Amino acid sequence: MENDKKENAEEEIVLKVNNISKTYQAKNGEIEALTNINFDIKQGEFISIIGPSGCGKSTLLSIISGLESKTKGEIKIDGKVGYMLQKDNLLEWRTIYKNVLLGLEIQKTNTDENKKYVIELLKKYGLYEFKDKYPMQLSGGMRQRVALIRTLAIRPKILLLDEAFSALDYQTRLMVTEDIYKILKEENITALMVTHDISEAISMSDRVIVLSQRPATVKNIYNIEFDMPNRTPLNCRESPKFSRYFNSMWKELEEDEEK
Amino acid sequence: MKKNKLKSEISIDRKRYLKKIKVNKVLVLVTQIGILVAFIGIWELLANQGIIDSFITSQPSRIVKTFLNLSSNDLLEHLKITLIETLTGFTLGTIFGVIIAIILWWSPFISKVSEPFLVVLNSLPKVALGPIIIIWVGAGMPAIIVMALAISLIVTILDILNGLINTDKEKIKMARTFNANKMQVLTKVVLPANITTLFNTLKVNIGLSLVGVISGEFLVSKGGLGYLIVYGGQVFKLDLVMTSVIILGIVAALMYEVIELMRRKIVK
Repeated sequence: MENDKKENAEEEIVLKVNNISKTYQAKNGEIEALTNINFDIKQGEFISIIGPSGCGKSTLLSIISGLESKTKGEIKIDGKVGYMLQKDNLLEWRTIYKNVLLGLEIQKTNTDENKKYVIELLKKYGLYEFKDKYPMQLSGGMRQRVALIRTLAIRPKILLLDEAFSALDYQTRLMVTEDIYKILKEENITALMVTHDISEAISMSDRVIVLSQRPATVKNIYNIEFDMPNRTPLNCRESPKFSRYFNSMWKELEEDEEK
Repeated sequence: MKKNKLKSEISIDRKRYLKKIKVNKVLVLVTQIGILVAFIGIWELLANQGIIDSFITSQPSRIVKTFLNLSSNDLLEHLKITLIETLTGFTLGTIFGVIIAIILWWSPFISKVSEPFLVVLNSLPKVALGPIIIIWVGAGMPAIIVMALAISLIVTILDILNGLINTDKEKIKMARTFNANKMQVLTKVVLPANITTLFNTLKVNIGLSLVGVISGEFLVSKGGLGYLIVYGGQVFKLDLVMTSVIILGIVAALMYEVIELMRRKIVK
């Protein structure tokens, strides 16, 4: 019974990207950034988008979140969107607790119930004792975790990650991806991540979408499967399949750069 | 407990380092006081010996006498006038400056339209407007306040606007990912991010307001320290001029300190 329910939930489509195209108007002409992008994301999935730099990956996220307009196509989202940017963007004049409440404050939903939920998240992820500290007093990894909780506080149906880890140094980055991955799985959050780091994409995702050069189209979608019981971003890097995925994605991107 | 333990474990090198910093600090202070004392001492001595003419240069002891004799020259009354004018001009300049800067931040159109006007107004020496202001507002306190406002307002607008525009774009984007409207972006991100800018502008402003008030008093010549300086100069009461200048200096320094104290209280 329980299992059945879970299976059903997993089939539920959270985000449907339908024939999205985007053309920018600039002084020296039109720039076509995206052409006919299509994909779906199911509840609980982790999807990554990779592609050559400047191909419009981030634009796609901005369109999905509604920050930018689209030229053509349709986005269907079932619920709120959470968005994590490259930098944690914590406001240094607010305490950690006040920072985490920012999204709720803006959306005017800082009810007692939601505050309780935030406190619960802070406790669960080891930040409660820092709640009255200022961002300056926290390490880079902890700050990124605070930024995640700030986003989760509004109870998003899908989380968008825009190069969310690339501002961190390599070691912190590995630790933070591990950390965030576990939180996302624990809270059963659907996520869509844009990254230029192929290994990061493989290590975290259920599927990886490869975009082509501008104007970007969906070039390929990889299903990432490791036959491991407790897969985490760190331990799946040791699997022999990891380098196979890596090599074929690398080739695909390289092909594109050469054109 | 842990801290105490750490304290007792300070190494000799660290002690030496801390001591060096302290000694250096004391040395700077002693030298500063020394220069001041020497300056005043030499001035007094030269005037006493008749090497310099104290009729023209005044003399520290005579300045102190004038200062102690506050009531004979209505010094306090004049100081009060200058203070009221400065604080009014400063407050108005800050309030209007901030409001106008916010409007310009809000509307890039208005900002673009007003840019050349602001540039010209900024480089125009506002003292040149003195006679016009007196004719329009009348030769009295209001004219002096307008003068102080004229001098401080444009700088306030430009400084604050510059701060607002340069707020971290990523932070604004972050607020917008939570669907913040422009008002929320302003109140939750842009304004709090610019508290330091505001205080820096206040510090510049207090000086500029004083400049405006003193030059206003020079022109209107009815009361205030500026008036005392002009009057003292005309009747060759150099003691009065020097005393007024020194009081002015103290007032400026005190106002600056008050703002600095406020800043330390508010900005953590």
